[in-house]
Amino acid sequence: MAAALSVPDHRLGRVLVRRGLQAVGVALAVSAVCFWVVQRLPGDAAYRIAAGRYGYDLVDAEAAASVRAELGLDRPAWQQLGDWLLQLVQLDLGRSLVTSQPVAEELAYYLTGTLQLAAAALVVAVVVGAGLGVLAARRPGGVVDRFTTAYVASVRALPPFLLGLLLVLLLSAQLGLLPAVSSGGPRALVLPALTLGVGLSGLVATVTRSAVVEVAASEQVRFARTKGLAERRVQARHVARNAAVTIVPYLGVQAVVLVEGVVVVESLFSWQGLGHALVHAVFWRDVPMLQATALVLALLVVAVNTVVDLVGLWLDPRPRALEGVR
Amino acid sequence: MRRLPLLTCLLAPVVLTACGQTSDRAAETSALRVVGPFEVHSLDPILDGEIFTRLEVAETLVTADEEGRLAPGLATSWDSSDRDTVWTFDLPADATFHDGSPVTAQAVVDSLELAAQQEASPLAGVPVRAVRAEDEQVVIELTDPYTLLPAVLTHYSAQVLAPAAYAEDGHVEEVIGTGPYRVDSVQLPAEVETVVFEDYRGERPEVEQVTFQAVSRPEQRAIMAASGQADVVFGLEPAGRERVEAADGVVMASSLQPRTILLKVNAEHPVLGDARVRRALSAALDREAMAQAVLRESELAATQLLPPSLGQWQADVEPLTHDEDEALSLFEDAGWTPGADGVLERDGEPLELTLTTYPDRPELPALATAIQASLRDVGVDLAVDVTNSSEIPAGHADGSLELGLLAKHFALVSDPLIDIDTVLAEGGGSDWGAMRWEDEDVRAALDALKSGLPEDEASRARETVVRTVQEQLPVIPVSWYRMNAAVTEDVDGFVIDPLETSWRLSSLSWS
Repeated sequence: MAAALSVPDHRLGRVLVRRGLQAVGVALAVSAVCFWVVQRLPGDAAYRIAAGRYGYDLVDAEAAASVRAELGLDRPAWQQLGDWLLQLVQLDLGRSLVTSQPVAEELAYYLTGTLQLAAAALVVAVVVGAGLGVLAARRPGGVVDRFTTAYVASVRALPPFLLGLLLVLLLSAQLGLLPAVSSGGPRALVLPALTLGVGLSGLVATVTRSAVVEVAASEQVRFARTKGLAERRVQARHVARNAAVTIVPYLGVQAVVLVEGVVVVESLFSWQGLGHALVHAVFWRDVPMLQATALVLALLVVAVNTVVDLVGLWLDPRPRALEGVR
Repeated sequence: MRRLPLLTCLLAPVVLTACGQTSDRAAETSALRVVGPFEVHSLDPILDGEIFTRLEVAETLVTADEEGRLAPGLATSWDSSDRDTVWTFDLPADATFHDGSPVTAQAVVDSLELAAQQEASPLAGVPVRAVRAEDEQVVIELTDPYTLLPAVLTHYSAQVLAPAAYAEDGHVEEVIGTGPYRVDSVQLPAEVETVVFEDYRGERPEVEQVTFQAVSRPEQRAIMAASGQADVVFGLEPAGRERVEAADGVVMASSLQPRTILLKVNAEHPVLGDARVRRALSAALDREAMAQAVLRESELAATQLLPPSLGQWQADVEPLTHDEDEALSLFEDAGWTPGADGVLERDGEPLELTLTTYPDRPELPALATAIQASLRDVGVDLAVDVTNSSEIPAGHADGSLELGLLAKHFALVSDPLIDIDTVLAEGGGSDWGAMRWEDEDVRAALDALKSGLPEDEASRARETVVRTVQEQLPVIPVSWYRMNAAVTEDVDGFVIDPLETSWRLSSLSWS
């Protein structure tokens, strides 16, 4: 373990610099593309924004004209994009066109919701998926392995909205154990987290099983057993650690999918997260909110990849070290 | 299998947490849990102010009773003089805002002046010369007689908030009202919690705490109502209503609202400009079947513009009925005859129209497709475009809209005259009303009603309006609208306000 911790500082720095530059590039690209897409959307932005502000059937020409004048929507598109980028450089995300609240405040609220949900779902996925994968790998072809295969096929076949509805009907409507929507404290997190986590756990189980079977059959593990190490020690120090080199990058990808794929589940459970905010921002043409949400989602991908790089470096510094020699 | 205990330990908190939940409301909270589809994105009265009047946090000077009649709100009484150009509103001597500050006439004036500056507030359309404070009275001077002023003041945008509620630029930072409940916490956009205001000048409510939660999906709301996770649930779809009706411990309350689902028609359209075509379209609609299929209540089929709940505006006119033969005859009179493929044609051009509607009211897309099917039976090729609601006013402004299906509320303030006047507005209609249609008799009748008429003359003027609309069909009524709510049997005294100004929670008592 001590050897693994001695990752050279310059390697860490190189990873961080590379990902930092990537973040800047992603921010610029996402902002520009997002702005261009919004400009190309059909419909009058002033009317859409006014509908968001005053109510879907209360918007009228006067309200739209007032919004157009207030927000300068008649200005050339490049000028509007330039203003937004200038604000971004000053770390100012502006105000929501609909609610007039600072976008940063709204984002912080919605991001917290999404991260809570994604983290809880990841825990469920890892506990259930990795647990089943490890158990299945202990005896390939055995009862547990066959059960795991059936479980994986089942949860992979169920789309999240259907799984969510089934869970709501069973645990909320029939048994009354859990709230159907995001109200009521920590309990409210359980159903959406189960919906997302159970869906993901199938793939985690498959990847974990394959990785553990492969590592368990490797020479180093056979040697560890031959030299008389206790099975618990073999599993912890050799099998788990080496399997993690495969599993962690995969979990990183899943975390990204989770963060970006919670729209359906957030909508299903009325969970206040980024997906919810994004849908409303698109519907109401709330450009600053839309751009900032897309930006945060993109930067989250970079952040997750950075964490995966660092954890990978910590678990197994060899590939980076060899790369450094080259 | 030694790992199983570990797995069990990791999952135990989730399982235990789940099992800790109970549907027994008494074990959870003493708060009344209200659920509805209304998200709260702003504290500003003009934007989302209705939620705070419905929760009885904020009050307007004048309000409406359960029959829609004007009733004292924050003002104890009011009077007008000088041909309805000077209005005086008396304030209670002992009223305080939720922050403890006294309700002064100047504070009321400040709130009203801010509302009048907002284009979207009906107050902005009132010919106000000045609003001023005189002792414990608020005086509103008008440039022209305007008998509807008290009705306009029932609108949520005219709610009165404490001076401390406003930031320097006039936007609301905190809702500090005068109602029987004060805001305990707000978590925009989904949650508002209120508690009894101890210094309220009136009777203390029995329900001491209220939580409001916005839930956007109707099926979730139905589950919450049926499983006892909420006490009062608004906005149930027909399928959800059936689920609730089959559940124990919850009952349905309903009220016919002053709202009509109608077709907005572009009266300058080359085809729709002909009144015979509009009448033919109306005759082709099987309203009863649509109302039964979509709204699960055939009695909601509209027979004229305004629903029976607006009794004064019900006229003795021939009701709108389904008659395909009549429709085909009218089309033929207008030059439209069946073509080879069954679609009506005139001069070789098929009768093709586009109907625009929006999904915010879930019944609208379903009704739009039912209208499409009805019109197909008489040879009209109707395309349905379900899009953002703002496409209707945008299409009105640039003239591109052909037909729009919308749900128009006719009593946003307590007197429907204001909304009817807006629907048939001078200059060819309005964004959510008629489009490029005007009638001199209707205009004269509405102007006379606004300036005040004796009841017998007012009655005749109202009939002129309704009869002309029935004959000319600048808007084609489709169905009326019933608002419903699921209410737990744990509370007594729940009634639905037909004007939706208040949920009257302070009148509820625990069973």
